[in-house]
Amino acid sequence: MRNFWIVTKHTFLTKLKTKSFLISTGIMIVIVLILANLNTVIDMFNQEKQRTVAVIDKTGEYIDLFENQLMQTDNSFTIVKDANELEAIEKVKSGEWEGVLTITIQGSGIPEAVYQSMKISDESTIRLLQSTLTEVKNQKFTEEIQLDAMQIAELYTPAAFKVVSLEENAKSASELNAARGLVYVMLFVIYFIVIGYAGMIASEVASEKTSRVMEILVSSISPVKQMFAKILGIACLSFVQMGAFLLVGYFSIRNLIGKQDEIDFLQFFGFDGMKLSTIVYAVIFALLGYLFYAVMAAFLGSLVSRVEDIQPMITPMTMLVVVAFVISMFGLGNPDTILIQICSFIPPFTPLIMFLRVGMLDVPFWEVGLSLILLLASIILLAVLGAKIYRGGVLMYGKGTSLKDLKHALTLGKKES
Amino acid sequence: MSLKIANATKRFGSFTAVDHIYFEIDKGEIFGFLGANGAGKTTTFRMILGILDPTEGEITWNGKKIDYSISGQIGYLPEERGLYPKLKVSEQMVYLASLRGMAKKDTLRELDFWLEKFRIEDYKNKKVEELSKGNQQKIQYITSVIHKPDLLILDEPFSGLDPVNVDLLKEAILYVKNLGTTIIFSSHQMDHVEDLCENLCIMDRGKPVVQGKLKEIKKDFGRKNLTIHADFDCSDLKNLRGVTNYQTTAEGVRLQIIDETVVQQIQEMIFSRGFIRKFQLDEPSLHEIFIEKVGTKHA
Repeated sequence: MRNFWIVTKHTFLTKLKTKSFLISTGIMIVIVLILANLNTVIDMFNQEKQRTVAVIDKTGEYIDLFENQLMQTDNSFTIVKDANELEAIEKVKSGEWEGVLTITIQGSGIPEAVYQSMKISDESTIRLLQSTLTEVKNQKFTEEIQLDAMQIAELYTPAAFKVVSLEENAKSASELNAARGLVYVMLFVIYFIVIGYAGMIASEVASEKTSRVMEILVSSISPVKQMFAKILGIACLSFVQMGAFLLVGYFSIRNLIGKQDEIDFLQFFGFDGMKLSTIVYAVIFALLGYLFYAVMAAFLGSLVSRVEDIQPMITPMTMLVVVAFVISMFGLGNPDTILIQICSFIPPFTPLIMFLRVGMLDVPFWEVGLSLILLLASIILLAVLGAKIYRGGVLMYGKGTSLKDLKHALTLGKKES
Repeated sequence: MSLKIANATKRFGSFTAVDHIYFEIDKGEIFGFLGANGAGKTTTFRMILGILDPTEGEITWNGKKIDYSISGQIGYLPEERGLYPKLKVSEQMVYLASLRGMAKKDTLRELDFWLEKFRIEDYKNKKVEELSKGNQQKIQYITSVIHKPDLLILDEPFSGLDPVNVDLLKEAILYVKNLGTTIIFSSHQMDHVEDLCENLCIMDRGKPVVQGKLKEIKKDFGRKNLTIHADFDCSDLKNLRGVTNYQTTAEGVRLQIIDETVVQQIQEMIFSRGFIRKFQLDEPSLHEIFIEKVGTKHA
């Protein structure tokens, strides 16, 4: 057992100290910081910008109301009222002005507007202008039929609509939203753990083979112990890295919310209605998912003898994760389909898809239990098989990366006596 | 404290890599293991180390099978050099020695001793990839002996070393032997084996072809070499009974003869012919024995 911890510690520390790890962690932290402060960053670029829109009102009735209304929602606009249409179009073409809005009246008295601009892909501006005009029109019409403010408010109040599930223990709407948010985050986390760290294990094993230090290692510690020590070492590494991202993300978002209102951190993500069991499941599935793919990566890594051969070797595994990810993304919107149900029992997909189901639906416990047993069983199977292949694979030096090698590795590693 | 290999056989499918080898090595002895490439040397070493299991037969160290519980007593220098290229010499020494049960403090102390012995003290904090091949080789040797193993396995320890470093390494191997370590090593450079081993085994395609004490092997081989440096004609010796090989050299002839009685006969024949600058009888070299036993079959 002593050697097990030595390898774990060595894997963890040497990987932690590599430049590439430190740099990539640094870059990720910067990205997390930028994402968390995205609003501030965007504002920083947009602050100075005043947008000028020429409004040519052929009816003469809308222009003042329109200006008032627009200023209330977004004061970064400047309205030019008395522009000549041709001159205005010239100014728009030269980039000085944003666009020209021409308002006319249709036969029924409903206003009709034409917006001319160089940037018709800027949907946010167009939508803002459109909704502003609609609102002004509504104001004008309600005034004409002499409704008071109360009546107007009532008119626009949406009908009350409540969803009640008749299923027992069903999740409330807020719970479902919370679950969706968490599932979404977890899917990404699991996906990145599997893609990133499993690849790291595979290349770690392959690089030890390349440098041939493996021969010395297998003579002092059993390959199986070594394999699991490595998996644990990289797992520790992933905790440190993920922990760093989460801490940075947590503090910068709390900082951000602190500036605004009295929203609680969990509310911000809609996590407040979440059940404890969902978090427990998240942890269980993330760990088992990691273990499943880590074991697979370790033995795939032991089959190649050069780091360059790693990529083609682990591509099928990566594809598996990607497929699981795509299915679960589809499942987020519609978790109760047969496809999702079936996939949630297939071990390579279970960590993502069964988690999606338990997070969003009320899944009978036996189903969760069964999928966990299947997943665990396949991890054990993979570990036993992996250990055998690993034992033989680390002694095999060839350029091949085929199934034949797998067989060869098995014969080499066969226990005889 | 002895290593016993009893009828060990290793088959990979239908291919037999090692075929019923049997030998015993006593404590403090250096055993030479010879063979052409692919003769089964490395497979045998892996079986001794317990990395591969023999298909048949048994390998024991002090009467027990070798497994990971005694890996601290065993040192191994693999044929393909294996070190972490990105790690400093001291770092990897500490790591690899700790896997053999050695504390960091002791490792560093021993490391200083060995680096001084090999005259490479400056490399302690250099990365391995910055060292020359010969120096990497020395580091590799240090990793195999730093924990003072009882059994040391050296797979081609001399390959890639210049003559000065070969001598340094020979000295280092003898140093470890004198501490009481049992050493088994392979080589295809015969002179190293002659210098170091009392006992040896020559392998050919998995089978031992010659085995035993070096002196006895030479004696049993029977044939000896006779070198004659003279200016007169000796070509009639070519057809003499008992002469198995006849070669003219720059200064005379070189004969291979089956035993010493032939020498007397030759003496009688040529001593009257004139002045002889050199007349020398030699034991056969291991090189010749090896070529004779292994080489001809490959030809």
